[in-house]
Amino acid sequence: MTSRGANVVVNRLISVATPLLLLAAWEVAARTHAIDTRFFSSPTRIFAQFWLMLSDGELLYHTMATVTRILIGFFIGTTVGIVLGLAIGLIPTVSAALQPLVDATFPIPKVGLLPLVIILFGIGEASKYAIIAISVVYLVIINTAAGVRQIERIYLDVGRNYHASRLMMFTDVALPGALPSIVTGMKVSMGVSLIVIVTAESLAAKSGIGYLIWTSWQVFEVEKMYVGLFVTAILGFAASLLLDFTERRLIPWKRS
Amino acid sequence: MSVAAPKVRLRDLRRSFVLHGRTFEALDGVSLDITAGEFLAIVGPSGCGKTTMLRIVAGLDTQTHGTIEVVRAQPASRPVNSMVFQQESIFPWMTVRDNAAFGLKARGIGKRQRYAMVQPILERAGLAGFENALPYQLSGGMKQRVALARAFANDPEILLMDEPFAALDEQTKLILQGELLRIWEASGKTVLYVTHSIDEAITLADRVLVMSARPGRVKEIIDIAGIFSRPRDVAIVKSNPSYGELFARIWGELRNEVAAGANTIEQAA
Repeated sequence: MTSRGANVVVNRLISVATPLLLLAAWEVAARTHAIDTRFFSSPTRIFAQFWLMLSDGELLYHTMATVTRILIGFFIGTTVGIVLGLAIGLIPTVSAALQPLVDATFPIPKVGLLPLVIILFGIGEASKYAIIAISVVYLVIINTAAGVRQIERIYLDVGRNYHASRLMMFTDVALPGALPSIVTGMKVSMGVSLIVIVTAESLAAKSGIGYLIWTSWQVFEVEKMYVGLFVTAILGFAASLLLDFTERRLIPWKRS
Repeated sequence: MSVAAPKVRLRDLRRSFVLHGRTFEALDGVSLDITAGEFLAIVGPSGCGKTTMLRIVAGLDTQTHGTIEVVRAQPASRPVNSMVFQQESIFPWMTVRDNAAFGLKARGIGKRQRYAMVQPILERAGLAGFENALPYQLSGGMKQRVALARAFANDPEILLMDEPFAALDEQTKLILQGELLRIWEASGKTVLYVTHSIDEAITLADRVLVMSARPGRVKEIIDIAGIFSRPRDVAIVKSNPSYGELFARIWGELRNEVAAGANTIEQAA
């Protein structure tokens, strides 16, 4: 008992110490000119840059641009995805109409659709929301429909035997039954959203973390580029914490 | 009770399944009258179609031939039947109270009213204090109490029960059998109760229907009500000398069928 508790503490320490050691090694390598600081900079210089950008508002401006795009696109994508996924999972006619389309277009890398999305939605914010919504909607549809199909037959039998209306089958049986799978779809698509928006912003935007990373590289301000990468990591981490929290609140019966 | 009008009339009920291009008869012409307020237990070897029969009456399966006639209570405002399943069937995402009130919600009864309606049933089912619990917080026995409460709360004319206690341990089963008798005796509902347990059939039922091996037919109907009166006590029934005689008689009917059922299953496999 005691030794296991001690092991847990030791492992925690190792988890914290490893990245700190790596950062220290990077710093040492930079100061001794073992690496080319024009390309790889150093942790202290990047942190100084981070502080500067935080205080003059530049970082907040780009971060908010990216976060807003993700939130709006993600909201549209998940809403449409859940409704379509439930319909595909529950109604054979809808499944016959949509499933082949979804399967056929799902493998297209969504970033590849960016030119088309810009033609359709313009160069402004709408095209950013659209590209995220498109990336999200597939994963949510597929996970929701699979979630509905995996609902144990017994629950559908209960619904039928107790004469639940079609609406109640949706809201009280299919939706909560598919919820664990839906949340899994949302988690995966949140990660994808971040990849897609950073790519889209570096290709066609005048703001956002992706724009920050790419323009900083082009004008050779590598510290700014690293700050951008750092913020991307923070955003991804924060999003997964938020979704884990949401999962525990939404699905209390699903104990991990 | 024997002169009372039939509540359910099954006439030449047949059900066949097609499996790998071959047709299997699950039910082969079951005809049966079930009296209003009667507790009928159905026993038979595995695969004899007893669950299929129950699912057909429940509207979850359709017969290939024959008729089911239910004489409705007047006014016909209550649901015809509610089923209690063998597997875990309460919704894991609903509280005990919402699970029990599911049928009432499906009937369009508002939240406050349906909660008020299920409360006495939850209390009678020994679930007081657990109203807001989620199923994962309950033991297997408690979950099956919720399933019973859901069926009784729906207040159907007929209760259909498919081995509701089969998955429970022996002691929990004894307690729940006693409670089922207590709640049912006060309700006056007609019950069709599928079980593989001869003991359970004798303890609970007014009559025991013994089915033949597949294809399922009515082999014998054995009267219990004439031997054990109501209200019944589970322990008293089991200690009565007639219990042993009844057990031997039903097992006598069943033994050959179980052997025959095992053979047909081997042939089919």
